[in-house]
Amino acid sequence: MESEFTKIFELIISASLINNFVFTRFLGLCIFFGVSKKMETSVGMSITFTAVMMVSAALSWFIFNYVMVPLDITFLKIIVFIGVIAGLVQASDTIMRKVVPGLYYKLGIYLALISTNCIILAVPLINAGEHYSFIQSLAFGLGSGLGFALALIIMASIRERLELADVPVPFRGLPMAFVVTGLIALAFTGFSGLITL
Amino acid sequence: MHEIVRIIADVLGLLQLADISHFLVPHVGVGGGVEAREHVDIVPLIKWTLIFLAGIGAVFGVGLAFAAKRFAVKIDPRVEQVKDCLAHAHCGACGYAGCEQYAEAVVNNPDVAPNLCIPAGSKAAEAVALITGKKAVVMEPLFSRIMCQGGWSKSTKRFTYEGVQDCRAAVLAGGGDKSCVFGCLGYGTCARACPFDALHMGNDHLPVVDMAKCTGCRKCEVACPKKVIEVLPGSKAVVVACHSKDKGGDVRKNCQVGCIACGKCVKVCPFDAPKIENNLSKIDLARCRVCGLCVGACPTKAIVDFIPARPKAVVTDKCIGCQICTKVCPVNAASGEPKKMHAVDTSICIGCGICTAKCPVQAIEGTFNTAEVLAAAAARKQQKTAPAA
Repeated sequence: MESEFTKIFELIISASLINNFVFTRFLGLCIFFGVSKKMETSVGMSITFTAVMMVSAALSWFIFNYVMVPLDITFLKIIVFIGVIAGLVQASDTIMRKVVPGLYYKLGIYLALISTNCIILAVPLINAGEHYSFIQSLAFGLGSGLGFALALIIMASIRERLELADVPVPFRGLPMAFVVTGLIALAFTGFSGLITL
Repeated sequence: MHEIVRIIADVLGLLQLADISHFLVPHVGVGGGVEAREHVDIVPLIKWTLIFLAGIGAVFGVGLAFAAKRFAVKIDPRVEQVKDCLAHAHCGACGYAGCEQYAEAVVNNPDVAPNLCIPAGSKAAEAVALITGKKAVVMEPLFSRIMCQGGWSKSTKRFTYEGVQDCRAAVLAGGGDKSCVFGCLGYGTCARACPFDALHMGNDHLPVVDMAKCTGCRKCEVACPKKVIEVLPGSKAVVVACHSKDKGGDVRKNCQVGCIACGKCVKVCPFDAPKIENNLSKIDLARCRVCGLCVGACPTKAIVDFIPARPKAVVTDKCIGCQICTKVCPVNAASGEPKKMHAVDTSICIGCGICTAKCPVQAIEGTFNTAEVLAAAAARKQQKTAPAA
């Protein structure tokens, strides 16, 4: 039991810090650069992202392990996961609009952006590839979500300062953001070797 | 339906006949990655793939359809229509968070006026009023007015500022580098705040408002740390473009075009519109008739006239020779004998429009306020004839 618990803890740490999706795997850069201009939007995006990631990890785990593995059609996982996630996001969009309109107006715009995002797709794919158990899949989804939230919030706080900085003209805007991302990625390599599985 | 099933069965049968299920499949590439294997049973594979994909598609389709029905939110179709009329700038000039919120409010709440979207203009106000069944009152257009003319060449500085090129940052450095603490700093924060691209920094580090694009959304007014920008009705085109509350002597030292509170505008104004308060002349917009007399009288040129070229007054043959215009003209441009047609000397006339407004028979035309005066006279006439009929 204890070893299972440590494994889950390690998974969360590994997914959020050591193998951070943005800074070491370089996934989800589109949303990362699009949303990290303001702190407010990046916090909203982080919350939505983490929630969708966990739910989609859980749902796709069930579909993968109880339907696709017995039927021996695991090679379809990419296309199926895309469909599952898109359907899930669409459903939660519809339900949220009715049940919690306040939350919908705050986070609804991010939901549409998420539906075909590569990190959201990567989490179930890695879960399937690594043969994680259900709890481990959830932990991996949570860790990835937290890692993405961390990346977004770090980037948003830096970019809010960058707005006022005297940046050379060719570097203004996106180029500067890419340079900053590279530097943060460099800093994140310091986490490697934190856990040896 | 039966036919489709039969066709699928036929295809599967053909595949079995061809006995492709026992063909050797290449070692790599089947499914890729961990699923790669030497031998694949094509027929059950295709069968289960089709069934699985159709099944998952059906489950999600039914699920989404159910969710859409069960959790349907009733949206008033008028909200969409109203939203299409608005400017989609999300500027907040209406007082709501965004265009959607205003559209919802104007449809659902009978007290919300249909003309609050200033950027979309009067046409949109009419359309929104039509959709919501409200009465359209056309709002007078508002424009940003820069209440400072002291560009960097016309004003002095207390120190050299070399920090971040932004007014809000410059203010943190001891209130800015200008000697005049009320003036425009000229680092362009307002131009960057404008969502309509209507504000640009001019040559002398002063913002210039593009009247064709300005919608009066007040974004610049909020952004300016010195509160130099005021949003005023478009018709009130004569303003004291200075906010300095310094004493006259200090203003003169700091800036060539500041208001020194000399009071000449107060004396020259026929309508008592300007008032001197706190060493600053302020024009009362309710009284101002935009005649522009104070513009010429101001010794420091602190008063600005936004009417580009003032057309001169012309006497038409409706004139009855009452001589009222000769009495009201502040520059003595109108002249004429009693009972004979008068004339206005165009070389003296400044186009203030006072005689147009005062003429009892609306015989003077050509000034900027002609249309307004004629409309008012027509309205009066109609009111007089209506009770009689």
